Amino acid sequence: MAVLTDRPPVAAAPAPRRRRDRRTLVSRILGYATLVFFGLVFLYPFVIQLGNSFKTEPDAAANPLSPIPDPLSLAGFERIFAGTNFPLWLGNSLLVTVLVTLGRVFFDSLAGYALARLTFRGRAGLFAGVVAVMAVPPVVLLIPKFLVLNQLGMYNSYTGLIVPLLADAAGVFIMKQFFESIPVSVEEAARIDGASVFRTFWSVVLPMAKPALITLTILSFQGSWNEFPHSLVAVQDPDLFTLPRGLADLVSGSLGKGSQYPLKLGAALLATIPVAIIFVVFQRYFVRDANDGSDKG
Amino acid sequence: MATEAPAVPAAVRGRAPRRRGRGTRSNENLAGWLFVAPVVVILGLFLLLPILMALWVSLTDWNGQGSPFTGDVPFVGADNYTRLFAEDGLDRRDFMTSIRNNIYYVGIVVPAQTVLALGLALVVNNRMLKGKGFFRSAFYFPSVTSSVAISVVFLFLFANSGAVNKLLGLLGVTGPQWFADSRGVLHLLLGALGVDTPPAALTGGGPFGLSWWDWFSGPSVAMVSIITLVIWTTSGTFMLMFLAALQNVPVTLDEASTLDGASRWQRFRHVTLPLIRPTTFLVVTLGLIGSWQVFDQVYVMSQGDPAKTTLTPAYLSYRTAFRDFDYGSGAAISFVLFLIIIVFTLIQRRVMADRDPVGRRRGWWRRRAPEGS
Repeated sequence: MAVLTDRPPVAAAPAPRRRRDRRTLVSRILGYATLVFFGLVFLYPFVIQLGNSFKTEPDAAANPLSPIPDPLSLAGFERIFAGTNFPLWLGNSLLVTVLVTLGRVFFDSLAGYALARLTFRGRAGLFAGVVAVMAVPPVVLLIPKFLVLNQLGMYNSYTGLIVPLLADAAGVFIMKQFFESIPVSVEEAARIDGASVFRTFWSVVLPMAKPALITLTILSFQGSWNEFPHSLVAVQDPDLFTLPRGLADLVSGSLGKGSQYPLKLGAALLATIPVAIIFVVFQRYFVRDANDGSDKG
Repeated sequence: MATEAPAVPAAVRGRAPRRRGRGTRSNENLAGWLFVAPVVVILGLFLLLPILMALWVSLTDWNGQGSPFTGDVPFVGADNYTRLFAEDGLDRRDFMTSIRNNIYYVGIVVPAQTVLALGLALVVNNRMLKGKGFFRSAFYFPSVTSSVAISVVFLFLFANSGAVNKLLGLLGVTGPQWFADSRGVLHLLLGALGVDTPPAALTGGGPFGLSWWDWFSGPSVAMVSIITLVIWTTSGTFMLMFLAALQNVPVTLDEASTLDGASRWQRFRHVTLPLIRPTTFLVVTLGLIGSWQVFDQVYVMSQGDPAKTTLTPAYLSYRTAFRDFDYGSGAAISFVLFLIIIVFTLIQRRVMADRDPVGRRRGWWRRRAPEGS
């Protein structure tokens, strides 16, 4: 610390080489120390979660900081599968996530392509609409969504759980931007050869859009797997709960007596694993998404 | 490339002379609408229409029975709104309490996550360190996990005999009972200075039915744990944005200022910071927009308790509608919240649009994109 702060300003005459080396070394050590410290801050909660999900309840209560279960206990996980509706929630979550992801990838790229490449009446207005819709904060839609699902008789059904999520404005936006970045010449060649608009889109353009499609797939998967507020206002029947909804229900006391932390942590862990795997495998696509935003110099 | 599409429209409508064959354009007109139809139907039906329906409901006293769109539902005009602002009563107290809570929440979360994100980005951007990729992923990972699952983990961490209190114990501090503690942090600080009871001047008549003493409570201890969770989960995303901006700072500029004798702090303050200002602005406004929407964490961790000190407008609107069956009031709260958030969004889009002339050349949508959403 002190070495860094009280060093004299590097004036016109450069400091002796050895001093400079030492300073580099110190700042490098400090850099690693910071990295490791924050690495622990960001990862250790997951370690605690993992460790404690394999503990007995008294052990988890007494040694919450320790990552090592002593004794190792599978009771929490046994009760997740035997004592809760976890398998059902898992099934529902899978169903919702797969359908929503398929829907978003297909519909968003269709619309994105049309907005990027096809000239049709009202296109500019539509695009302005998409941009406006992206500004609507999802959380103020809770009551509105319930109202419309209720009115259409879709409340408390798989339809209500899935259909409203089948398209999203942000996805359309991503796809439109991507389609605009690829050269138009190939499609024109296909069109001149007599291919229909859809044919061109399906067999010529989409194959070129693989990176964007992967990004969109991952975002949709992650978004719908983690989606909570929508399931809160779309369904009420415990048979229709998705994982986040079921998990929230567990925590808010449907378990009855005791804190049962190993069970809750285990359930939360299982709910995190699919996204974690996807994150590790497709990391660079996540990073790209977050960086799209700052790409505005 | 980008100029291609916008260049064509209007002028070439009808029959394009350069295209042979029959009505390619009108074909495209139809195809265009068919292509966007699914998205238009879904967003229209489940986003725009519901907003209009909720606007109507916010003017009624609908209690959830039957349809809100029949003559039987009492129309009350702007009552639901005036009750939030002008009439003394429980509704206004709860709403103003939620606004107060959220203001403190925003006031801590936004600066803290911005500074933390920038700090992390600076460290990860350090050219001399190895293994940065791993740490970058580690910092970002919490952002992609389920808010509900993470809230469960933090419930455990902040439990009375949980990891956080164990850590504090190691430092010789007795941790509070986080989720049962409704005391405001500012009140606690004043208490430490010897001010235990509110001074007479502050007990009475603050604005909107809360006393000044209540307004100046600070976030409650329970809210602090939610604040910690949110800073922890969101910093990673913003770190990536800062990182992208830092990577665009020319190395030569940094080196030149080093040769000129600038200290590390001076370089950061006078070279780096001005260059990444657009990103800082983006991060702050996205933070403002996002942190007014806190809901999942409140739902899972505290349900607005203790003593309503973790109540936020988003959660209050949900609770009013779905627990108290006062859909009109709930919808009204939603719309007030909508207004608050939309103001920040408009400021952001306006400023981003007016800013850099470079963006102007690249096409207007680039500058208007509400990132990260």
